[in-house]
Amino acid sequence: MDNRKRWPLWEVFIRGKHGLSHKHVGSLHAADADMAIENARDVYTRRQEGISIWVVESKDIAASDPKLNDAMFEPAADKVYRHPTFYDLPDELKHI
Amino acid sequence: MTILNLEEQFMNRIAADEKIEPKDWMPDKYRKTLIRQIAQHAHSEIVGMLPEANYISRAPSLRRKAALLAKIQDEAGHGLYLYCAAETLGAERDTLMDELHTGKAKYSSIFNYPTLTWADMGAIGWLVDGAAILNQVPLCKCSFGPYARAMVRVCKEESFHQRQGFEILLTLCNGTAEQKQMAQDSLNRWWWPSMMMFGPNDADSPNSEYSMKTKIKRFSNDELRQRFMDATKPQADILGLTIPDPDLKWNEVTGHWDYGEINWEEFNNVVQGNGPCNKLRVKARKEAWDNGKWVREAATAYAAKREQRKSETKQVA
Ligand SMILES: [Fe+2]
Ligand SMILES: [Fe+2]
Repeated sequence: MDNRKRWPLWEVFIRGKHGLSHKHVGSLHAADADMAIENARDVYTRRQEGISIWVVESKDIAASDPKLNDAMFEPAADKVYRHPTFYDLPDELKHI
Repeated sequence: MTILNLEEQFMNRIAADEKIEPKDWMPDKYRKTLIRQIAQHAHSEIVGMLPEANYISRAPSLRRKAALLAKIQDEAGHGLYLYCAAETLGAERDTLMDELHTGKAKYSSIFNYPTLTWADMGAIGWLVDGAAILNQVPLCKCSFGPYARAMVRVCKEESFHQRQGFEILLTLCNGTAEQKQMAQDSLNRWWWPSMMMFGPNDADSPNSEYSMKTKIKRFSNDELRQRFMDATKPQADILGLTIPDPDLKWNEVTGHWDYGEINWEEFNNVVQGNGPCNKLRVKARKEAWDNGKWVREAATAYAAKREQRKSETKQVA
């Protein structure tokens, strides 16, 4: 029975009271999803940190490759015109 | 890319204060140093529950009992955050547990001292958690992302630990002469072991240089120890307790408290396994692990059964 000796690793995501997105808070081991949620409650919400918990088995997460970060994220680097401060407007202009 | 280039790139990232993440390239030494430190830290949180556990059923009031329980539960949480951080580096949880249970892994030597009276709950919170906070705050800026993030959570939770400890001692110090004496006795026993928590003097700390260079560590052992000394002395004055160091003296020139020689022979003895409670602590951990075996097995069996039921109902539908 010890072929599942090691419980899988789960990533835990919590949404706080104020309606923001679920946020990754850490990980833990559990035999299945229900147990992962119960454990996440005890480990990550002892001080009312959240009102909703998601758990995902770590092995099911696909991630970008840090080695390819340049190719992946560099294209956004020279597009300053995507930010509001790029535009030259007179100081007296209000509410815009 | 050659290893040399990678090392250079890595050090450039460290110099630029970038966080290193688990899947990034890192030198072997960096990985090994971190695994050792994070595992030791995790073990300390877990073993650190034992000296206090004794007093949950002996707390003098419900208020104290609830606080102590909550503190000990936090320490379990700290251990779990840290084990997970070590696992992101490729360490296996079961291996880490084995190393603790076989005595191969170290944990903070402070937990090998016995808790003799209720006042020790106060001294541990005030001094031991206080020293831990001073160690942990700079680790929030550690170069390794998962360790730094775990420390942010830990530090948020830690401050009540120190405050509840101080409150215990303050209550005793405002009590009867016997109670105040109990507090003083506790400080006498915990003071030097707490000063030792920061580790050997800088000159005798061979691993420190690499940890500082790679920004795992931001302050040296002696720097942190001095901070602890300076922060704690006025707190002891508020309690009206005397720090058991005849050489303790205010230094006008440096603006710091000068303290006496630390008994490093005692420290090395405890680290090597010959402290008053080393055997007891490891035995208690091992028993907890062994006695929990059936629970782990039952949970695994239950999960398998639930899984099977789910697939059966799917087939029927
Ligand atoms: Fe802790
Ligand atoms: Fe603590």
